[in-house]
Amino acid sequence: MIQMQPHIRLTDVEMIFSRPDGEGENIHALGPVNLDLHHGEFFAVVGPSGCGKSTLLELMIGLTTPTRGNITFEGQPIRGSCPDGIGVVFQEDASFPWLTVRDNIAFGLRRMNLDRQEQESRIEKALTMMGLEDFHNVYPSQLSGGMRQRVCIARTLVTQPRLILLDEPFGALDQQTRLLMGDEVLSLWRKTGATIFLITHALDEAAMLADRIGVMSSRPGKLIDVITTNWPRDRDSKIVEQEEFGHITSRLWRSLRAESMKAIGKKHVAS
Amino acid sequence: MTKAGIIRIALIAMLLIGLESLVLMGRIDPLTMQAPHKMLFDLVSILQTGKFNKSIIKTLSNAGVAFLIALILGVIVGLVIHRLKRLREVLDPLFATYYAIPVFSFYPLLILLLGLGDAPQIFIAVMLGFVAVVVNTLNGIDRVPLVFLKTARVSSMGPFETAIKIILPSASPYILTGAKFAVAYSLIGVIGAEFIMSTGGMGYEISFAYNNFDNATMYPLIIIILFVSISINLMISRWEKALLVRRGLK
Repeated sequence: MIQMQPHIRLTDVEMIFSRPDGEGENIHALGPVNLDLHHGEFFAVVGPSGCGKSTLLELMIGLTTPTRGNITFEGQPIRGSCPDGIGVVFQEDASFPWLTVRDNIAFGLRRMNLDRQEQESRIEKALTMMGLEDFHNVYPSQLSGGMRQRVCIARTLVTQPRLILLDEPFGALDQQTRLLMGDEVLSLWRKTGATIFLITHALDEAAMLADRIGVMSSRPGKLIDVITTNWPRDRDSKIVEQEEFGHITSRLWRSLRAESMKAIGKKHVAS
Repeated sequence: MTKAGIIRIALIAMLLIGLESLVLMGRIDPLTMQAPHKMLFDLVSILQTGKFNKSIIKTLSNAGVAFLIALILGVIVGLVIHRLKRLREVLDPLFATYYAIPVFSFYPLLILLLGLGDAPQIFIAVMLGFVAVVVNTLNGIDRVPLVFLKTARVSSMGPFETAIKIILPSASPYILTGAKFAVAYSLIGVIGAEFIMSTGGMGYEISFAYNNFDNATMYPLIIIILFVSISINLMISRWEKALLVRRGLK
């Protein structure tokens, strides 16, 4: 799909946190960041811990307003609230323990103006897509961490977002589960045609999933490199066997190594 | 039944048998305490004659009203205080020391202000139970995971909708703990107030029977209060446990 306008555009976005007590230096957390995401692309961001990745995500969903610069989604500025058409999956388990899997998935949907039949059909589709058909009536506490994260992904999917933001959604899962979840994310990316923005600390995850990978510097987080992977759209976790996968991962590490050292060094000085 | 449960029942049974034999042997003066079997017969005859139905209904409905007010008001105040951080900083130490206040010392004042009807009794019961609900509600809201609140904001939910759909369900096990306290406190408040000064109710009847050495009335009424309080408490505990089990916490 070729469109003139980027799907989401960040222009000179900066975030500076002032100290709550008004004393000491302000914290320059992020930016300036300039970034255009194209319709339907899979973009991943990697960066050292504390580089402002999560701040970037919170700005993109309107939970925080940038100190400087602006963000537009489908041409409209994002200010103060999350626009329709953006869905988020957080790192932490966000499944509601008092609702069954089905009610969890239906949660966001019930707030939309859709007729009952359309709602039910979307729920069924999401249950099937995430492999949760047999578990629709159980409570999240009866599921594993990976399954609970699937519930959260399904809850986002049913609202049919055009842009899906994933904040280290597999961070709490083991390596094998992560690879398989990666396959599932790729498959739903193809099926939905949505744009995906993935935040991760795992270089291999970024290298395997994304069309483009942005590398962030240590604080204040800036994009210091953007790598294009040239993977075919129809890919899965088997590409980790390819030579090219190794090249991408090593290039990522080259860009990141110095920044990660800085992040660690800073922590040592601080502690 | 678990082993602990069997021992528990055996313990209670032993106490009852012990009491029964002490009274029958004349070690305990029947004017002080009656044999448990006698209390049971008196209870049946009281319930059959319906002599105290009015008092029982009055006390239980006043306690019920006090419980509902304490619960609803406590949850609402908890929600509001949680949003106002400054106010909470001011109030937290007061909540912590609240139960050091002998609430009943205000009862004469309340009678002056509210008259000798049901109002001062309900008021004092609410005073007792309300803070327990507030404290437990606050505790529950503190434990609502941040990511739930982020989810609410991303779904563009306002404060009211967030409270109803996210915060209250998430905090419900803690609110139920507060509710259990509120049940006990509303009975204590109402019956205690009836004891001190009132024109009717179970507390009044118990006190009246006590002054007239009427053990055949006093003990059955005490048993009714125990029965009501314990069974409501058990019901809420069971509900609380079901919620915790559903969340994989028990």
